[in-house]
Amino acid sequence: MSVDLSVKVSAIRLRNPVLVASGTFGYGEEYADHIDVRKLGGIVTKSISLHPRPGNPPPRIAETPCGMLNAIGLANVGVHRFIEEKLPFLRSLDVPIIVNIACSTVSEYAEVAAILSECDGLAGIEINISCPNVEREGMAFGSDPSTAHTVVAAVRQATHLPVIAKLTPNVTDIVTIAQSVVDAGADAISLINTLVGMSIDINSRRPKLANITGGLSGPAIRPVALALVWKIVRLGTVPVIGVGGITTTEDALEFFIAGATAIQIGTGNFVDPRTPLRIIEELKTFLEEEGLESISELIGSLTIEP
Amino acid sequence: MPIHTCHILSHERLSGDVYRLKFVSEPICRGAQPGQFVHIRADVQSDPLLPRPFSIHDIDREVMGVEILFQVVGSGTRILSSKRKGESIEVLGPLGRGFGVDHERRISVLVAGGIGLAPFPFLIKRLRESGHSVFVLAGWKTVEEIVGLERIESSGASVDVATEDGRRGSCGTVTKLLNTRLRAGDFGSESEIGLYACGPGAMLATVAHMARQYNVPCQVSLEERMACGVGACYGCAVLAADRENACPEYKLVCKDGPVFDMNEVCLK
Ligand SMILES: Cc1cc2nc3c(=O)[nH]c(=O)nc-3n(C[C@H](O)[C@H](O)[C@H](O)COP(=O)(O)OP(=O)(O)OC[C@H]3O[C@@H](n4cnc5c(N)ncnc54)[C@H](O)[C@@H]3O)c2cc1C
Ligand SMILES: Cc1cc2nc3c(=O)[nH]c(=O)nc-3n(C[C@H](O)[C@H](O)[C@H](O)COP(=O)(O)O)c2cc1C
Ligand code: FES
Repeated sequence: MSVDLSVKVSAIRLRNPVLVASGTFGYGEEYADHIDVRKLGGIVTKSISLHPRPGNPPPRIAETPCGMLNAIGLANVGVHRFIEEKLPFLRSLDVPIIVNIACSTVSEYAEVAAILSECDGLAGIEINISCPNVEREGMAFGSDPSTAHTVVAAVRQATHLPVIAKLTPNVTDIVTIAQSVVDAGADAISLINTLVGMSIDINSRRPKLANITGGLSGPAIRPVALALVWKIVRLGTVPVIGVGGITTTEDALEFFIAGATAIQIGTGNFVDPRTPLRIIEELKTFLEEEGLESISELIGSLTIEP
Repeated sequence: MPIHTCHILSHERLSGDVYRLKFVSEPICRGAQPGQFVHIRADVQSDPLLPRPFSIHDIDREVMGVEILFQVVGSGTRILSSKRKGESIEVLGPLGRGFGVDHERRISVLVAGGIGLAPFPFLIKRLRESGHSVFVLAGWKTVEEIVGLERIESSGASVDVATEDGRRGSCGTVTKLLNTRLRAGDFGSESEIGLYACGPGAMLATVAHMARQYNVPCQVSLEERMACGVGACYGCAVLAADRENACPEYKLVCKDGPVFDMNEVCLK
């Protein structure tokens, strides 16, 4: 008997619940020589903006205990070149493709979403609302319930595709943000994006990143991600995709038990590009050993009563 | 090539903090070009988390061996230095764009600063196979730091050493030595010379400056902090050479490099 790993994240059907996270898997082609990308549950692309972005000056990354800091600066080819140069390969894979979008104004978000809606073969749009809002002194869209609502509502208006709102953990109350993006029409929520962090070279007394601060990812953030996923799952509104520090099958199982419908692997791809495929295989084994027929039986099975 | 587990064939300490490690990998041995690198994880622990990049030092087709020459500078290289013969490491590669062999210019001058010598034995082999005459200029701060030179000396290249403490070879930096040799016309006709350089950023900038002065092409091997090693994370960016437009442009060391033509990138 083969176990059933398929899940549905709102209208998005996934053959298995293991996706690769935005910004850690380029446009899919970069890893195609190294793993069988067709076996992935889905690919979330690097954040795409309306116009190409060069990104931040180097150094852009620094390693920290059980994690890493990055300040890539959303370097990307822009939506038009994405469609021309990157999408044909992604589409040829027969894997659900979710395009992550990141912009600096609400109207740009809507415009990019509308442009992408004209393309065939996309499974959904993930909105990165952690980016600075140039119309509001660079405050992140996702750090305030009303701007988060505005962005998600604008994208919702602009597209028929399923919309996933990707939340930032750098907020005082993630529950109110989650509630507002659901009210604005988000079909699902993914979390977490990176936590703001900093590291200093004590010899030169300079920050290790040219940008001074960056986003922390990797195993170091996993307990934070898990706690926030569980908080949002408990709202009982839309499906939740868990992201943050997953590098092993045990890590992934924690997120499913907490109620995540799917997971994304980010930094784990850098550690070992085989990470997502290994987790897919080992999830099957785990379910078989537990006598479960499908992953859905495991999702949200957290027992709290003594 | 997928990441694979490789057996360590030999591992020797060559000097204070420099090691030469040889592991078995048929795919790398068959597929690698000089100047390409491998991304290595010495341990499957979470700390250090990311693989570390190393140039391919040499290959040994008889035993399908691949060698790296590395210096211990932090925790990743320290853990790698503790690995023993018979143990294994996780290796992704060969990665990146290596040196191009310029068949129009058959006098190859290789300039190395310190551990920058690492990719040269493999490159020399390839250049010699193509019938080039090869000159190597290698510089170190002190005579004690000199390492890996015997491999170069036995490769059929002609070798010149510079030390800043003046206790071996010519006294001063390797770029000063290069300037002296170029000025004297020691290598032959400038129209036949091709330069290849690997070492600290300031040295590469000086070598490129001389290359322009003498009107010879120059390839440089760069380093930057890496995460993925395959062009997926945009972490290892270096500034592209000055363009007309105000907007900066970046190249990725892992994918567009690590070897660049001096005119492609901004060296400083
Ligand atoms: C394409 C490429 C080829 C390389 N080839 C060789 C080689 O053949 N032999 C060799 O000894 N080293 C090589 N390096 C450098 C080597 O990767 C670093 O020394 C190593 O990653 C350091 O890891 P660590 O954990 O020991 O040190 P860390 O604790 O990470 O850092 C210690 C110190 O080294 C510096 N450093 C770390 N990584 C890099 C890097 N990627 N580039 C520049 N400085 C760095 C840090 O700023 C810090 O000061 C290469 C780097 C690249 C990008
Ligand atoms: C190098 C790097 C680049 C990233 N780029 C993006 C991005 O462009 N858009 C985005 O929404 N998230 C981006 N992220 C965040 C990841 O998608 C993910 O949310 C985060 O890293 C936590 O997961 P992890 O610990 O598994 O990496 C990036 C992360 C890293 C490490
Ligand atoms: S290391 Fe990831 S793009 Fe170069």
